[in-house]
Amino acid sequence: MKQQIIISGLGGQGALTITRVLAEAAAALGLEVLTSETHGMAQRGGTVISMIKVGPFRGPLIPAGRADVGLFLHAKNLGVHRFYLRGDAGVFVNAGVPGNYQGVDAGSLARQLGAPVAANLILLGYAAGKGGLFCEADLLEQVIREKTPARFREINLKALRAGVDAAAA
Amino acid sequence: MEKENLKQIEQRILMGNEAIARGLIESGVTLAASYPGTPASEILQAVAAFAKEEAIPLHAEWSVNEKVAFETALANSYTGRRAAVSMKQVGLNVASDPFLRSAYLGVKGGLVVISADDPGPHSSQTEQDSRFFAMFAKVPVFDPSSPREAKEMVDRAFELSEKYEIPVMIRPTTRVCHARQNIPLLTPERLAQGAHFEKNPGRWCATPQYLKELHRGLNQKIEEIAGEEDFYPILTPGDDSFPGACIIASGVALAHTWDLLEEMRLLRRLDLYQVTLPYPLHRAFINNIKGRYQRVLVLEETYPVIELQLAVDQVQGRGTKMVPGAGELTPEVIRPVIEKFLDLPPAPAVISLGGEATRPTLCAGCGHRAAFYAIRETFPEGIFPSDIGCYTLGMNLGAVDTCHCMGAGISQAAGFYRAYAATGEKVPPIVATIGDSTFFHAGVPALINAVFHGARIMVVILDNATTAMTGHQPTPETGPTARGETAHPVLLADLVRACGAGLLKEADPYDLPGFMDLLQEAGEYCRGDNGGVAVVIAKHPCILEREARKHQPVLEMCVTEDCTGCRHCLDDFECPALYLDEATDQVVIDGARCIGCGVCVHVCPAGAIEAKAKDQS
Ligand code: SF4
Ligand code: SF4
Repeated sequence: MKQQIIISGLGGQGALTITRVLAEAAAALGLEVLTSETHGMAQRGGTVISMIKVGPFRGPLIPAGRADVGLFLHAKNLGVHRFYLRGDAGVFVNAGVPGNYQGVDAGSLARQLGAPVAANLILLGYAAGKGGLFCEADLLEQVIREKTPARFREINLKALRAGVDAAAA
Repeated sequence: MEKENLKQIEQRILMGNEAIARGLIESGVTLAASYPGTPASEILQAVAAFAKEEAIPLHAEWSVNEKVAFETALANSYTGRRAAVSMKQVGLNVASDPFLRSAYLGVKGGLVVISADDPGPHSSQTEQDSRFFAMFAKVPVFDPSSPREAKEMVDRAFELSEKYEIPVMIRPTTRVCHARQNIPLLTPERLAQGAHFEKNPGRWCATPQYLKELHRGLNQKIEEIAGEEDFYPILTPGDDSFPGACIIASGVALAHTWDLLEEMRLLRRLDLYQVTLPYPLHRAFINNIKGRYQRVLVLEETYPVIELQLAVDQVQGRGTKMVPGAGELTPEVIRPVIEKFLDLPPAPAVISLGGEATRPTLCAGCGHRAAFYAIRETFPEGIFPSDIGCYTLGMNLGAVDTCHCMGAGISQAAGFYRAYAATGEKVPPIVATIGDSTFFHAGVPALINAVFHGARIMVVILDNATTAMTGHQPTPETGPTARGETAHPVLLADLVRACGAGLLKEADPYDLPGFMDLLQEAGEYCRGDNGGVAVVIAKHPCILEREARKHQPVLEMCVTEDCTGCRHCLDDFECPALYLDEATDQVVIDGARCIGCGVCVHVCPAGAIEAKAKDQS
């Protein structure tokens, strides 16, 4: 099993959280995993990117044109980071308007849940629901239940499920 | 030191910095000191966390700066106990004084120096190579290619350090520090490490007469380490598809190269060496390379450390411009280098869509924004030297003109004052800004100097009660210590008074009109007959701190029909929660980002931004 995933967003949108969830999920499946994250100045609302490499890799970066999956927390970032994706990659975008990608209005759904910051997990649930990830939504749910601090646990689980439901709709 | 058997207890996903911290704990470190800086900040935090988890009573501290951290760890090592000091690469510049001399005098208990580099750079003021610094200091340096390797190197570094009584560096880069990987944990060693300082003035106080001998001893150590079998570079042999050619790589460049060769179906088709100890480069290795290969490609970040030591004509690298002389060696950079080196047809380049990345900005509601806005509005003609932290983003508001290195803003302000005063021209208002943590780190000597020499400058200390940029580490004023214990607070205002500043005011910049009045007063003091340094402490806690938010009112904000679309609040105040509705050409507030601080009310010239107390129902 090998899968290379990028997560693109703006600092503060929770790219790091879903990076960690995916890494834990890979480890739970007994797979090797390497991730790379953006820290520092860019975290203050600037463009950030995480990369997740599942399988026997040694380096944490995904070369341009090689990612199998892209999760975009902000549609604007498609122009910035889409070049990392293969031509036939799964592209999942937090967007209210349709485009050449699979979109879900995670922002609005998150506000409906009363947790505008949980759009990240909605997008993750959506990608899993569409069968785009190396693991099933159930495993992600289990990881979130075990690894999330108590005060975010319920809302994160709700958000993930909302994403999975949106994928089925 | 006698060791128990190390048992693997579990696997965990660890960030590179956490992996290093875990390595320190497993190797029985007794003291760890650091000053936060990206990409090294998480190391010390994780040392404290693992120590707590394992109930290990070590001392972990956020020192006031890297020099102090280094010296504290060094003395701990003098007593025979294992110590570690961690910092970002430019932190090593600050600690360079004790670092260089520690190579001559040596250590007792193992001393591991972790200096994290930032090729790119992503979040630093240079992309300098700490391995080069280690070579300059004559200190051995490890170069891990992954978090797992970084953890394993910690124990090897301690053993090497103790065997030769020499400090040993581990140099991770951003891509190791901020990578995560599944990593096996071992039971921590519990070494019996009492504190025994053996007096030896000839060594620990070494005056010049002893230094030549110590230097000779250091050379001898490096000579011997360069012959240690353990550090012979690791060969993954090829099948002679490319006769006479080999690639030598270290650090994360090796990891990228490995993945690329695999993808290009070239792995194990030519000899690939991983250098784990770039300095001192193994002596026999150098000779073997000379004898065996006609063409050698060296891939390392960011300066030619291995390349310079190889010093053979066959080497392709930075010297021959085969490898770019600046910037990070990402897979996109390395791939064409390999293709060129092996005479392969280039893969079609992947074209970026050219979208523009979003620049970072101060958070909505950040107290720094209010302070910067006030400074620039009060002194439109001012010169604004600044410093390093979140507040460097004051650039976006036109209130930061220089940013150099920790503490430089105050000295530069004094320098600007001298330049204008000397020419007899009208001296513009000069306002230095500096964060609270940065002020403790390197601002204090600069302030003393400015006061003593009568510089007529204003210094605004942006006191957000934390070290925000690097992940909210405590400051000497706020505490607690890295281990969560109560500390003896050192108050900013006391320090400023003790430095002799002629005027000192403290205020919350959220009260924009009041804060601007204070700045006027400070400006008048500077220009007045007996003027000098005026210090204003702008106090507002970082709004990312959960506790801080609880203590400030949350207002309901709205923009009325009076908005003229003049863009003043967007361009000169730049709160990310304000944006222009293109349809109406009026400003709107993004409810998801606005924290209801109410500061923008004072910013709108048309009085179109209104705040009311939030309905508590
Ligand atoms: S993290 Fe804190 S100090 Fe930094 S920009 Fe945000 S509010 Fe300001
Ligand atoms: S009240 Fe105004 S300044 Fe404060 S966060 Fe909201 S929009 Fe920004």
